[in-house]
Amino acid sequence: MTTARWNARVGRIGLYTLLVWICLFFSIPLLVVIATSLKTSDEVRTFSIFTLPSAPGIAAWIKAWSSACTGLNCGGVRVGFWNSVRILIPSVIISVMAGSVTGYALSHWRIRGANVIMLLLLFCAFIPYQVILYPLVKTFSTIGIYSSLPGIIAVHIVFGLPVMSLLFRNFYIGLPDELVKAARIDGAGFWRIFAFVMLPMSVNILIVATILQTTGIWNDYLLGLIFAGRDNMPMTVQLNAIATTSTGVIEYNVNTAAALLTALPPLLIYFASGRYFVRGITAGAVKG
Amino acid sequence: MSARLPMNMDATAPRLTADEKVSGIQRVGRAYRARSLAAKIALVPTILVMVFCFYGSVTWTVYISMTRSFLLPVYKFAGTAQYDRLFATPRWQVAYSNMFLFGALDIIGTLGLGVLLAVLLDRAVRCEGIFRTIMLYPLSISFIVTGLTWQWLLSPTIGVQQLGRDLGWTDFVFDWITQPDRAIYTLVFAGIWHQSGLIMAIMLAGLRGVDREIWRAARIEGIPTWRTYVSIILPMLRPLIVTCVVLIAIAVVKSYDLVVAMTNGGPGFSSDLPGKFVVDFVFERANIGQASAAATVMLASVLAIVSPYLYFELARKNR
Repeated sequence: MTTARWNARVGRIGLYTLLVWICLFFSIPLLVVIATSLKTSDEVRTFSIFTLPSAPGIAAWIKAWSSACTGLNCGGVRVGFWNSVRILIPSVIISVMAGSVTGYALSHWRIRGANVIMLLLLFCAFIPYQVILYPLVKTFSTIGIYSSLPGIIAVHIVFGLPVMSLLFRNFYIGLPDELVKAARIDGAGFWRIFAFVMLPMSVNILIVATILQTTGIWNDYLLGLIFAGRDNMPMTVQLNAIATTSTGVIEYNVNTAAALLTALPPLLIYFASGRYFVRGITAGAVKG
Repeated sequence: MSARLPMNMDATAPRLTADEKVSGIQRVGRAYRARSLAAKIALVPTILVMVFCFYGSVTWTVYISMTRSFLLPVYKFAGTAQYDRLFATPRWQVAYSNMFLFGALDIIGTLGLGVLLAVLLDRAVRCEGIFRTIMLYPLSISFIVTGLTWQWLLSPTIGVQQLGRDLGWTDFVFDWITQPDRAIYTLVFAGIWHQSGLIMAIMLAGLRGVDREIWRAARIEGIPTWRTYVSIILPMLRPLIVTCVVLIAIAVVKSYDLVVAMTNGGPGFSSDLPGKFVVDFVFERANIGQASAAATVMLASVLAIVSPYLYFELARKNR
C-alpha cells in the first residue's frame, strides 16, 4: 500500500473513532438515567449512578408514575402527564390553525403593510418571555383566566403565533400565485381557497408545525409554572418539584424514572419523525 | 373545513351583477377586492395579539421600569432610578456578568462542537443517520430534564466524582456544581450537550450546499482537506456561522429552565442568570420595579444581538 492510501485509511479510522467518542458524550447521560431508573432504592444509595443495575426492575417507574410526591401530594407524575395532555391538545390545534391562516393571508393576498406586519411578528418571536410576563399576568387576572386551563392555553397560543405565522408564511410564499389566481377566477373566496387549495398542499408543513408546537409546549416550564395554576400543573413543573423536594432520602431511581417519563413523549416524536423534527427545530430556534 | 366555519366571508361577499361579469379583468378585480377583505379580517386576531400582548406589554414593562413601582405599579415617571438600583444590587451584578460568562463559553463550545460534528459528518458517509440521530436527540428533551440529568451527573455524591472514587481514585474531586465560583461553568456542559446538534444540522446543510468544483480545485492545488475547510469552505459559510452565533446568543439571554433545574441559581445566587432574576423578582420578591428594569435589560440585550443581524441579513438578501 502506498503512503498516501495508508494515510487516508488512518484518517478514516481516526474520523470514526472521534465520532464514536462524541456520540458517547451525547448518549451517556440518557443511558445513565435509564440505568439508574431501573435500580432498587438500596442500590442507588451505595454506588455512583454510572453502575449498571444488578437486578433491573421497573418498581421505580411505577412509583414515579403513580405515587411520587410533590410536597404533600403523592399522585405521581401521571397527574402532570394528564394536565400536560389537556394543555397540549387545544394549544397545538389552535396555534397551528391560527398560524396557517395568518401565514396564508400574509402570503397570497395583497394586504397593505404585509411586510411591516411580517417584520413586527419577527421581532415578537425574539422577545424573551420575561419581558411581557407581568403585563400578561395582570391582563389575564383582570379578565379572569389567570391560573386556569384556558389561561395557559391562551398564553401558549399567544407565544406560538409569531413563529407559526412566519413558518407558514414562508411555506405559502413558495407556492405559485397561479394556484390562487385560478381558484379566484373559478369564484372561490379566501376561506374556500384556504380549505380546498392551500391546506391539501400543506401536509408537510402542518406536520412540521405540529411537531414543533407539540415538543415546545410539552417541554415548556416557565409558562406552565406561572399561568397554569396548581390544578393544571404541567408535567415539567411537577417533575422539577419532585426532583427538588429535599425532605427525607432522595430517591434517585424514582426521580430519574419521572424524568424519563417526562422526556418520553418528545423523544418518541423525535425518533418517529426525525427529518420533520429537525426542520421544525431549525425554523423555531428563536422561540422562547 | 374552514369553509364551513361561520366566519366564512364568502357568503357575505357581494354577488356580481350580469354587467360586471362582462369583463373578465373587471370581474377578477372586483372579486379580488371583496375577498381581500376576508384576508384582512383573518389577520385581525393576529394583529390584536401582536399589538396588545407583545408590543403593548413590552411598552408597559419598559414604562414600569422607569417609575418608582415596587409591589404595585405606579405610573409617575422617575427616570433611571430603577436601573441605578438594579446595577447596584449584588445579585443582579452576578446574574448579569454570568450571562456574559456563560454566553461566551456556551457560544464557543456549542459552535466549536457543532461545526466539528458537521465537518466530521460531511467527511464520513457511512452510518450518518445513526450519528445524526444520536447528536440531535438532546434537542427534543426539555431543559428541565436536561438540567436535572446534568445535576445528577455532576453531583459529588452520586455523579462523576463518585465514579472516580469507585474506580479507585479515592481522593478524586469534581464538585464544581457545589462551588460558588464554579457552578456557572457546569451550565455550559449542559448547554453544549443540548444545543450543538442544532448547530451541526444547520452547518451540515450549509456544507452540503458548497459547490463541488471548489473541492476539486482545492484537490488539484494539493491543499490538504483540513486546510480547505479552515481557509476556504468555512469562510464561505460565514453568514451561516453568524446565524448560529445569533441563535445561541439569544438562547443564552433567554435561558431560565436550565439554570432552575440544574443549580436553581445556587449555591447562594452564584449561578443566577437574568431570566431567573426577573421571574424571582416578580413572583417571590414581588418587586415589579426591579423586575421590569431587569427584563428591559434582557430585551435590550436581545435587540442588540438581533437588530444588526436582521439589518445585515435583509440588506444582503436585497442585494
